[in-house]
Amino acid sequence: MSGEAAAARSDPAPLRIFLSHPGVLFGGMTLAGIVLLTGIGPVFATDPVSINPLNRLKPPGAGGFFGTDMLGRDVFSRVLNGGRMSLTVGLAVAFLSVTIGLTLGLIAGYIRSLDAVIMRVMDGLMSIPAILLAIAMIALSGATLTTVIVAIVIPEIPRVVRLVRSVVLTVREEPYVEAAIAAGTRTFQIMRRHILPNTVAPLIVQATYICGSAMLLEAILGFLGAGIPPEIPSWGNIMAEGRTYFQLTPWIIFFPGLALALAVLAVNFIGDGLRDTLDPRIARTMR
Amino acid sequence: MLNYIAVRILSTVPVMGIVALFVFILLRLAPGDPAAVIAGDYATAEDVERIRQQLGLTDPLLIQFFRWLGDILQGDLGTSIFSNKPVTVLIAQRLEPTLLLALTTIIFSILVAVPLGTIAAYRSGSAIDRLAMLFSVGGFSIPVFVLGYILIYVFSMQLKLLPVQGYKSPFTEGIGPFLSHIALPTLTLSVIFIALISRMTRASVTEVLEEDYIRTARAKGQSELRILLRHALRNAAVPIVTVIGIGIALLIGGVVVTESVFNIPGLGRLVLDAVLARDYPIIQGLILFFSFVYIFVNLIIDLCYTLLDPRIKY
Amino acid sequence: MTTILDIQDLSVSLPPGGDREFAIEEVSLTVDSCEIVCVVGESGSGKSVTAFSVMGLLDRRALNPVAGTIRLADKDLLTIDDRTLRQLRGERVSMIFQEPMTALNPVMRVGDQIAETLEIHTGLSSTQRHARVLQALADVQLPDPKSLAISYPHQLSGGQRQRIMIAMALILEPKLLIADEPTTALDVTTQAKILALIKQLQSSRGMGVLFITHDFGVVAEIADRVIVMQNGRIVEQGQVDHLLNAPKHPYTRLLIDAVPSMTPPERRHSNDKEALAANRIHKIYGKSGWFGRGRVVHAAQDISLTLRRGETLGIVGESGSGKSTVARCIMRLIDPTSGEILIDSIDIAALRQSELRRFRHQIQIIFQDPYRSLNPRRTVGDSIVEGPMNFGVAAVEAWERARELMETVGLSAESLSRFPHQFSGGQRQRICIARALAMKPRILIADEAVSALDVSVQAQVLDLLDDVRQEFQLAMLFITHDLRVAAQICDRIMVMQDGQLVERGSTATVYANPQQQYTRELLAAAPGRRKFPQKVG
Repeated sequence: MSGEAAAARSDPAPLRIFLSHPGVLFGGMTLAGIVLLTGIGPVFATDPVSINPLNRLKPPGAGGFFGTDMLGRDVFSRVLNGGRMSLTVGLAVAFLSVTIGLTLGLIAGYIRSLDAVIMRVMDGLMSIPAILLAIAMIALSGATLTTVIVAIVIPEIPRVVRLVRSVVLTVREEPYVEAAIAAGTRTFQIMRRHILPNTVAPLIVQATYICGSAMLLEAILGFLGAGIPPEIPSWGNIMAEGRTYFQLTPWIIFFPGLALALAVLAVNFIGDGLRDTLDPRIARTMR
Repeated sequence: MLNYIAVRILSTVPVMGIVALFVFILLRLAPGDPAAVIAGDYATAEDVERIRQQLGLTDPLLIQFFRWLGDILQGDLGTSIFSNKPVTVLIAQRLEPTLLLALTTIIFSILVAVPLGTIAAYRSGSAIDRLAMLFSVGGFSIPVFVLGYILIYVFSMQLKLLPVQGYKSPFTEGIGPFLSHIALPTLTLSVIFIALISRMTRASVTEVLEEDYIRTARAKGQSELRILLRHALRNAAVPIVTVIGIGIALLIGGVVVTESVFNIPGLGRLVLDAVLARDYPIIQGLILFFSFVYIFVNLIIDLCYTLLDPRIKY
Repeated sequence: MTTILDIQDLSVSLPPGGDREFAIEEVSLTVDSCEIVCVVGESGSGKSVTAFSVMGLLDRRALNPVAGTIRLADKDLLTIDDRTLRQLRGERVSMIFQEPMTALNPVMRVGDQIAETLEIHTGLSSTQRHARVLQALADVQLPDPKSLAISYPHQLSGGQRQRIMIAMALILEPKLLIADEPTTALDVTTQAKILALIKQLQSSRGMGVLFITHDFGVVAEIADRVIVMQNGRIVEQGQVDHLLNAPKHPYTRLLIDAVPSMTPPERRHSNDKEALAANRIHKIYGKSGWFGRGRVVHAAQDISLTLRRGETLGIVGESGSGKSTVARCIMRLIDPTSGEILIDSIDIAALRQSELRRFRHQIQIIFQDPYRSLNPRRTVGDSIVEGPMNFGVAAVEAWERARELMETVGLSAESLSRFPHQFSGGQRQRICIARALAMKPRILIADEAVSALDVSVQAQVLDLLDDVRQEFQLAMLFITHDLRVAAQICDRIMVMQDGQLVERGSTATVYANPQQQYTRELLAAAPGRRKFPQKVG
């Protein structure tokens, strides 16, 4: 379309657009609030594990903000403490799965002989339902923070590998990559200079989504009794304990559930904002 | 065409093999001795050894794997350690509720999500689009079981419209009880599925609406509704159907949680019970079963592409 | 003769923040029955916006008519309601588009797509519709209408698809046909046939045609009246003969002068050293399927060529002729199935990638699409010095040379620190030339290097290529589909068709006295051949 006339297009300021995105505003503020509360909140709140049998199953108001559980522990302070676990798992899973997936994806996209092998293994991994895989792994190797993270990372890897591989396969056909080949640039440099930068934007977006879904999966595992050891107050564990008394004291499930949903929602909003600003085209290939 | 179908079916074999290998490795290499777990806390060394013999755990790993693979090929997924029943029989017993829940969810989700996503794409940027996408992000953000409990709280405990938990078979106890019991689980499970499908529908239809042939249809004087139905949706179908296939994995995971919340005696509950009891053959058999279902559904979807798009040739 | 379309003072606004306020401004034009009016201009001239305004097909998120009237069939198209507009579309006014592949719905049989127009506007039964569709297919001279009607677009050739589009547009015999660059995406021989078809249908039905094009050759071929647009405004209009022979506006003159002549200029015969020889290059795609009976395409068969320093060898052919395959094989961007490529008597076709690297600097290539040939994330300077630095040139030296080369290609040395998106298409192509020259190559391959450029820019880039060839004594391999361009720049020429060599010889000889039937067809199909025969090149 544009010829000589359209030469000087001004650069849009991606950061400003990103920050003025309504979803990002909401998500960023919510997440900041949650991080702040779970970070410094426990200092002010009462001990999350101190038992008070006289004060059992009190509704919100009568026993602290969020009421108390069946052992008389303060749900509010438990929720504040549980947030840390959730955020840790989310960040760790996002980081690990992106790092591993990026490496495998680059290899699959660029080395033809390994492509088929890696992708068949990824197909296999993808066809095992993530929750089943995770609960089986945790049930068998014992519930620790590490096993939970590993069990959530493994099913996330194939999605990252596929994403990276598809970017590599598209970009390596670009004339500017061919020009670099023609200029005698070595394969490693072509990857680093011309291909890797194209994976950054979609990967950042994908990492946010993975962070959100990892937080969810962690809670689900805890809820099913296959997560982080039950004595640690994670959101999933708190809700798992609330199951038995649900009809009596629904708040034990609702408050941590609400906190979790808000946190994941915030992360997803930020992901959408990133997606819209970094590259609208990749929006379609994801989710 | 037939040639392609054969090739495509054959190509699932390595994937299934990888799944089998992975499941096998997972269970064998996990720290902890299955035999000791099965024997329990008060077992003697002889008990453990006996169980180990019984499970064939004393043989080399490779032999164990191929023996197991051979059994699977003959339709034998092993025998439950505790109930001593074949895993296939256990699966068959629990299949009905899970299958029906999955079906009602898929049907309900598609009926809601495809129109929602299409309208959102057509009226891109409008209030209805924003609302639909907000719902979609929300669906991805709320944990399935929390949603389940909220629904129970509202519809069963407060409004007392629907039963709290349980399952009634439509074949033995009638359609009415079945529907009233399956309604909330279906709704619970559908939310994330609707979020997934409506998002993809919106993206796919948005893309198609930019295409030249939509402009051609307008140039012919075609009405907007017919353009959407006849031209846009038809062309947007492949990615939508694909995401439904991929979503089966999500659905299976959701089934486990939902069955647990609503106390439905299906495969999901079987998994959980097996995990808590460390009943290895059941865990192994069920993961394999679910994975094969996923592979099979996606194989069928793949073969349907020709019907949706004549450009995809075999 | 009656006026069918009457556009008065039409202005269409662009979204704020662009480089201009209006896409088109105060455009007035008429189309009478029985005439073909060509609107001609370069990209960004507003010619397509004008056409889409009439159809009411502007993307309203970006483009909005803000002033003027468009009168068709006693109605002002800008003020009528959607329903009335939909009735007029297809019945009174129809449109055909540039890219028939994307303009047809890929999942619908073409017969059904034609019948859809009847379904919307008539109450015919499905049998009657079917009969009309078959008749329409016969009217656009498609063979075997019965089997064509049940085909899908991807099963047809480009020319057949455009005929389908025409059949669809004309089935209700509208008074006005709007054609937006309908032959631009087609091969030259197909283009000639489609132009003839449009002209024939127009005169037999007494239609008015508003024909949008960028190509003065096409204008000369088809127009009765011509309207020249530049930057959203009409700069000149008039009867075709008058306008082509005595253009008044300088811009019109510039455009007409920029059309390369079909007559090759006098060229010296090069006796310089041979820079490259390719012997019996063969490239087969899709060797075997799973069961050994996959589809095999012979993209290039038995192609031999030699290239001397200081000369330009052209390979011309239509799409699918294998001309680019040959170029990419010589570059070793793809591996030839068999054959030799000799540089200094070393066969680089047989070298492994690692051994090949030290020959890379000797052959450089310029691609067609200037928007994708430069890494958008790197400054143009980084792109230019990348190659020399791969071969151990010191950074200071490489940047110094990059500055010199920017001047050579007519850009300022300061712009080395800018990014590709800050340049126009023509400027980017100059940068690509600088990047290639930075490697001090002996051989330069230009793969459709000027095809994506506007005609005025094209002439400048061609001149630049010719200059650098002389200055650096390059052996140039020039791949193009455009016979006019080839006539102006090539010393010798090879004509390819379906992967095979048809004819070769000095450009002057081949153009003056083609030996093969296909070459004759190709030359005859060049649009505007009769009206632009003897321009000084």
